[in-house]
Amino acid sequence: MISVEDYGKYETAWCPGCGNFGILNSLKKALVACGLAPHQVLLVSGIGQAAKTPHYLKANVFNGLHGRSLPVAIGAKLANPELTVIAESGDGCMYGEGGNHFLAALRRNVDLTILAHDNRVYGLTKGQASPTSEKGFVTKAQPHGAFAATFNPVAVAVTMGASFVARGYAGLPEHLAGLIAQAINHRGTALVDILQPCVSFNKVNTYTWYKEHCYTLAEDYDPRNHAQAIATALEFGERIPLGVIYKKEEALFEDQFPVLQNGPLAGQEVSREGLRQIMQGYL
Amino acid sequence: MPPDIHLLIGGEAGQGLVTIGQLLSKALVRAGYEVFVSQSYHSRIRGGHNTFSIRLGAGPFFAPRESIDILVALNAETVDIHRGQLNGQALLIADASFAPNLPGTISVPFVELGPEHLWNTAALGLLGKILELPFDALYQAVEAALGKKHPETLVENKGVLEKSWEWAAAHVSGHGFILTGGALAADRLLLNGNQAIALGALAGGLKFCAFYPMTPATSIVLELIVHAETMGCVFEQAEDEIGAINMAIGASFAGAPSMVATSGGGFALMAEGVSLAAMTETPVLIAVAQRPGPATGMPTRTEQGDLEFVLHAGHGEFPRAIFAPGSIESCFHLTQKALAVAERSQSPVFLLTDQFLADSARPVVLFDTAASSPVVAGIEPGDMPIPYQRYRLTENGLSPRLLPGLSTHLVVADSDEHDEDGHISEDHGVRIAMMEKRLRKIELLKQEVVAPTLAGEKGTDILFVNWGSSQGPVLEAAASLRGQGKSVASLHFSQVWPLVPPQFLDILQAAGEVVCVEGNATGQFARLIQREAGFVMNRRIARYDGLPFTARYILDSLETTVSLEAGI
Ligand SMILES: Cc1ncc(C[n+]2csc(CCOP(=O)(O)OP(=O)(O)O)c2C)c(N)n1
Ligand code: SF4
Repeated sequence: MISVEDYGKYETAWCPGCGNFGILNSLKKALVACGLAPHQVLLVSGIGQAAKTPHYLKANVFNGLHGRSLPVAIGAKLANPELTVIAESGDGCMYGEGGNHFLAALRRNVDLTILAHDNRVYGLTKGQASPTSEKGFVTKAQPHGAFAATFNPVAVAVTMGASFVARGYAGLPEHLAGLIAQAINHRGTALVDILQPCVSFNKVNTYTWYKEHCYTLAEDYDPRNHAQAIATALEFGERIPLGVIYKKEEALFEDQFPVLQNGPLAGQEVSREGLRQIMQGYL
Repeated sequence: MPPDIHLLIGGEAGQGLVTIGQLLSKALVRAGYEVFVSQSYHSRIRGGHNTFSIRLGAGPFFAPRESIDILVALNAETVDIHRGQLNGQALLIADASFAPNLPGTISVPFVELGPEHLWNTAALGLLGKILELPFDALYQAVEAALGKKHPETLVENKGVLEKSWEWAAAHVSGHGFILTGGALAADRLLLNGNQAIALGALAGGLKFCAFYPMTPATSIVLELIVHAETMGCVFEQAEDEIGAINMAIGASFAGAPSMVATSGGGFALMAEGVSLAAMTETPVLIAVAQRPGPATGMPTRTEQGDLEFVLHAGHGEFPRAIFAPGSIESCFHLTQKALAVAERSQSPVFLLTDQFLADSARPVVLFDTAASSPVVAGIEPGDMPIPYQRYRLTENGLSPRLLPGLSTHLVVADSDEHDEDGHISEDHGVRIAMMEKRLRKIELLKQEVVAPTLAGEKGTDILFVNWGSSQGPVLEAAASLRGQGKSVASLHFSQVWPLVPPQFLDILQAAGEVVCVEGNATGQFARLIQREAGFVMNRRIARYDGLPFTARYILDSLETTVSLEAGI
């Protein structure tokens, strides 16, 4: 039996009280709930405070470049479809620097999980606005308040028809663990955008603020209804819905490659006969 | 120079000149001749002025030629542009309506031979007859191209082929172009540089390829994709070049020997990923097909202007290897070697090619597939202790590489400076130890360096130094000078980094005059040799107008270049 202890305990470089702690604990619980052992899991991250998460538990880890967790995660999954691949980073990393990769990943639908720690600010570089910062959010770099419109990753993903879109909150760790487990078990690219208080740089979206605004979706909410999911995804302000907002079954990207039915590419023989025949074609 | 015929087919994009050119080249190879095929085209899909050039005869040929013996003009513009290159005895095959009135003109009533979309087939029939190729050889080439899939089209094409063949038999005679040679083996592959790279990669054990389209690299990947299913190779067109290289790194980390292919502008975006591969010690093969820059430059033209860029791309300091094939055979063999070196050194490795090499084709003897030994990623875990240390400090700088998910060992890789376990470290001692560990891999790379090849004697009056695709034109220029009784040799580098001066310094020192021939304006390789070997070359022949070197260009430049004293 796998237990949370198998995933270890490490000292972190996070500020006391940071929402990242809740997310880390929920992730470990979800992995255990999915019955996964550390060596079956690959965590891929970019750069930022959130992106350090993979270093704080036991698993295979590829901690890459800022914004680039998704292409690395996709490449790894395509090389070894038996790995459970989770890409994990902050909102700046996923939606800012990695915006193009984010959109492309949702369109491909490789079987992987995206966990975005959405603190609505750049933490590691000390408090600049991120794509999800509220319009008007004042920082040293945006002294007149962030001017650009706020990016709503959940709405974008639902509109694009991504196959699994959820929103969680670091302050509700049990609920979040459930969402992450569902995302891991989903066949396809699953996004969990996780609202994460940053106690050092985001004085707007605090624990109290989230407590006042968030609600969990009702039991009878049907995530398969696309029109309703769009409306739900756009709801962000006075009330913020948490839960699986949209879900559908969709063919997997990797299914188009028959070779991946045979498991990991590593160790698969190179066919000399195939090669010989190919060469004959150029005669 | 061996006697040969230079045939040039010119017309607009979309007129099917590549099809005639390819079919004719195939038929010639099967008939036992040597060919050298090159292409020139504009960055557009229809219109523009494109040419397909074939040198044919006994060979061997390694480069294009400028003067033309037979010109096939599919439009009037071709006549205007190329009339100045026609040899004294040249034949000009053109539609009667172009009425060029030049000596040697064969006015062909194309309209009578077939519908406009089959004029290319008509031209093939004419050329086949003029060159006295067996009709069956031409027909077989057409049949192979159209396949069994389009029976009606094949019938139509056969009709036009026969009609034009008969027209030539009745109207063209005594032109004096007699093909010599024709004794070479028929079972040779007709390959261009990019096809050879793709085949080399597959033979070398490539399992994953990601790309973002950019001329002239795209055709490497397109060729791979044709064979991907047979070879169990996974591929993806990424959202951009940044995505492409990161995907390849991810796939390689998880155990698939991987490559990306791009050109200068795309490679600029990949620079960040090169550094990532170096820091995480993930093997990846990066093919950079050069074209003139800066920025978008001349998309369909050639240059050797990215040597310094590839040499320095990526932030920080780390070892790398750069291969620069000079021939079609070498594209095949070096790609295999490059994949293996990437794996053995756990580093980014480069293949530096260019549009000229990418698009020029030659027949090559069937490669021995039994001789290739595909790379195998990682090692067996055996009784490797747990916790496993991905970055264990070792004497030669290579840490034993396990693959994630294939054992109970956990593999941790990091782009931050890291300790032996792979975890982030800001400790200065760890930094020094890891830096030195990575740099120790340079010695491994040096042990495997492909030595430059000397063609000719040591100690000649003139020595042409060259790298990558300049090899062919330089060989021909040197042969031509030797034919005039001059003392000439050439030294070709098919690996341009790392350099190992003891492999070549005495050859440079023994020569009278050393002339560096390279396709860039500032003499990047000459400077590199100066920096690494302390040797200053006397002279330099540069080309940066977007066109490939030819023997003629080199010979003409040799007469006009002045000696460069110190420095460049
Ligand atoms: C290419 C690149 N650009 C910029 C940075 C600097 N940088 C590091 S983390 C970061 C922002 C992190 O914000 P976010 O992804 O929201 O994560 P958080 O720290 O808030 O968890 C930036 C800009 C970098 N490391 N690499
Ligand atoms: S800066 Fe913010 S996000 Fe980063 S650790 Fe501190 S509280 Fe958490």
